[in-house]
Amino acid sequence: MYRYDEFDAAFVADRLNQFSDQVARRLSGELTEEQFRIHRLMNGVYLQLHAYMLRIAIPYGTLSSRQLRKLAYIARRFDKGFGHFTTRQNIQFNWPALKDVPEILSELASVEMHAIQTSGNCIRNVTADHFAGASADEIEDPRPYAEILRQWSSIHPEFTYLPRKFKLALSGSPHDRAAIQVHDIGYQLVKNDKGETGFAVYVGGGLGRTPMVGHKIRDFLRVEDLLAYTQAIVRVYNLEGRRDNKYKARIKILVHEKGVEAMREAVEAEFAAEKSELLALPAGEVERIQAYFAPPALQERAEASLAVEARRARDPAFAAFVDTNVAKHKRAGYGVLTMSLKPIGGIPGDATAEQMELVADIAETFSHDEIRVSHEQNLVLPHVALDDLPAIYDALKADGLATANAGLVSDIISCPGMDYCSLATARSIPVAQRISERFGEGARAKDIGALKIKISGCINACGHHHVGHIGVLGLERKGVETYQLTLGGSGDEACTLGDITGPGFSYDDVVDAIETVVDTYMGLRADAQEDFLTAYRRVGMAPFKKALYERDSGADI
Amino acid sequence: MPLYKNGSFVQDHWTAIAEGEAISPAGHVIVPLSWWQAERQAFADSHVAMGVRIEPGTAMDEFVEDLPRFALIALVIPKFQDGRAYTTARLLRERHGFKGELRATGEVLIDQIQPMLRCGFDAFDITDSVTQAALEAGRVPGVAHFYQPGVNEAPQLGARPWLRQAKR
Amino acid sequence: MSQVISANRLSDGIVVFRAPDGGWVEQLRDAEILADAAAVKAALVLVEQDVKANRVIEVEAFAVAIKDDHVEPVHLRDKIRAKGPTIHPGHGKQAAL
Repeated sequence: MYRYDEFDAAFVADRLNQFSDQVARRLSGELTEEQFRIHRLMNGVYLQLHAYMLRIAIPYGTLSSRQLRKLAYIARRFDKGFGHFTTRQNIQFNWPALKDVPEILSELASVEMHAIQTSGNCIRNVTADHFAGASADEIEDPRPYAEILRQWSSIHPEFTYLPRKFKLALSGSPHDRAAIQVHDIGYQLVKNDKGETGFAVYVGGGLGRTPMVGHKIRDFLRVEDLLAYTQAIVRVYNLEGRRDNKYKARIKILVHEKGVEAMREAVEAEFAAEKSELLALPAGEVERIQAYFAPPALQERAEASLAVEARRARDPAFAAFVDTNVAKHKRAGYGVLTMSLKPIGGIPGDATAEQMELVADIAETFSHDEIRVSHEQNLVLPHVALDDLPAIYDALKADGLATANAGLVSDIISCPGMDYCSLATARSIPVAQRISERFGEGARAKDIGALKIKISGCINACGHHHVGHIGVLGLERKGVETYQLTLGGSGDEACTLGDITGPGFSYDDVVDAIETVVDTYMGLRADAQEDFLTAYRRVGMAPFKKALYERDSGADI
Repeated sequence: MPLYKNGSFVQDHWTAIAEGEAISPAGHVIVPLSWWQAERQAFADSHVAMGVRIEPGTAMDEFVEDLPRFALIALVIPKFQDGRAYTTARLLRERHGFKGELRATGEVLIDQIQPMLRCGFDAFDITDSVTQAALEAGRVPGVAHFYQPGVNEAPQLGARPWLRQAKR
Repeated sequence: MSQVISANRLSDGIVVFRAPDGGWVEQLRDAEILADAAAVKAALVLVEQDVKANRVIEVEAFAVAIKDDHVEPVHLRDKIRAKGPTIHPGHGKQAAL
């Protein structure tokens, strides 16, 4: 994985000093809250319902054991013994004191981490496929490009005061696990007919109150033009994006109002007009960064593992875990293992300091010291030998990390909601917990199959509900929580936004409503192989609507 | 209004005037772009040193052809969170080769001075007292290491190779 | 309707409530109950000094109901602020109750 050189270390130290000075000026009163807010946000510090919240970047979701141990230390020393992994490959701590933040950032800097640009109207943490560099279906590892973009966008003098936040995501596989089409810019690695690697470029995707699927504005962008083209897009946005209304300030609104063709022309014109060659990525530089992400030296192994087969035969729980939580690796005899942070009835994305330390130990022993954080709020061991799975499973199980539910009904994405967030209009986490308890991880969940439920506690959609197979949006109506359902959304390469079922459901009734949706699907699916999304795309909304709203006259409005 | 330039507060030889106000024969006036456009020929014939005031959101095409006539361009920063002028400044310097004074005017605060300098601003109208005090004390907060090329900056030792190598 | 003024302490962000003596307290039960809009308005003017002095930020008044001498926020959001996350009974102000 990437290691800071002297320049990177000096940069982060600079930024730490700069922000420490800003914190001191705020505490002394030299900066007003309004003047300070923009700086604290650009360093990841929010003010939430109960206290400050610190959001730390985990660029493209890659962590070392040493880094994860440091997060555990911070959780214990400065917080309440746990952290929350988010839908943007960040981790959030919910209770840090402002006066302690410089010290926390200094601890992070010691392991090459930071909280730079995890908020604010700037280019945010660059995300990528959490299976990058490991998945069998990959064209090329996207992380070197994500790292180059991370560096280039850090404290960019021209793009620090954009109309609104700006999010980039990259995918190196045809199967998009990074939801690139709902980002401000999505880069998809592709090969052209000459066999050269480049990017398909998507612009103007996003969720929030006006969800939009991104538009492809270029089929093939040469690798060396990555930064110059990104600059062109952000430049057009910085000059033309709306600043009169923060709800209409994202690039998706500019693309929508200007038109995709006009946007494409403006970006291409700006790209063509930029004569400076300073941003052209030299092949040598790309190779230098790629070397950091070279695959670990994995020894040759047989395709199938006798150890796994033997254990599987006598332990159905282990078999279920391997079936759901282990994905195909590039190399024979290896797997990509998802450690679910969604224990049944638990808080999606939360991990205790002890769990972080356990995962760090396991990664060190079994996964070449590497951990991934997924936007689905799970942790991943990218390179495990299948032969080691029994030992890993036993270790994970001891600390509640072996829930066999990756991709199943209880693998729910949930924003923090009103339990923590000052913007929320309803709670999300308790709804996720109740859904998880309703379906569990047993035979019923397995029978239901692949199903992504995503919950947001307000219209800002941090829980990505628009792209959930079943989406749940918590709103407030006349002082009471109400939950709107959407069906048929998907954040992958066949990206679609979900359709609203109709009137919302109360906090008490929403889990029943979801069960009605699931039962309806079970009743109409063509066979056990037809998953929820496929079935929904085949039959449409009508049968679900009927089941939800016509079953009795007492349904909540 | 105090003018900060080249690391210190200096006397401002320029006067910003509104449309229709009298123009001293000595020139050194900053006029709104709309006035310049309406009276372009008369202004051009006057041969006095002229500056122009550009509101954010103004398309570059509206004034780039006249750049040789301007000794100064004042870019308006209506609120410190409004970042449009950063791009305008860079384009004026790097793409259009503007060599005159590039002044930030409006809500110019201490923490924005460094990014503005890096985008090509070289003069700042300062109205905020805390900012003025910090600048008088010689304190311009910022970082010393940059991942991007800045206007008129020599590449730094150890900086990213894409800042040094030209190949396209 | 009765109201209470809350804010966050600048230094650590913790939710605080305005007390009858003009200071700030961490538990709602110790807060000053303002009977009407005029009382809220008057208190908010005084609180402005604490904002200017950089002691607190994000000042807001919220509605409370009083039942059997017990103060309870009217809205769920304010209940959660006064107690802590509903999903973590051991964290936040509820831990000390």
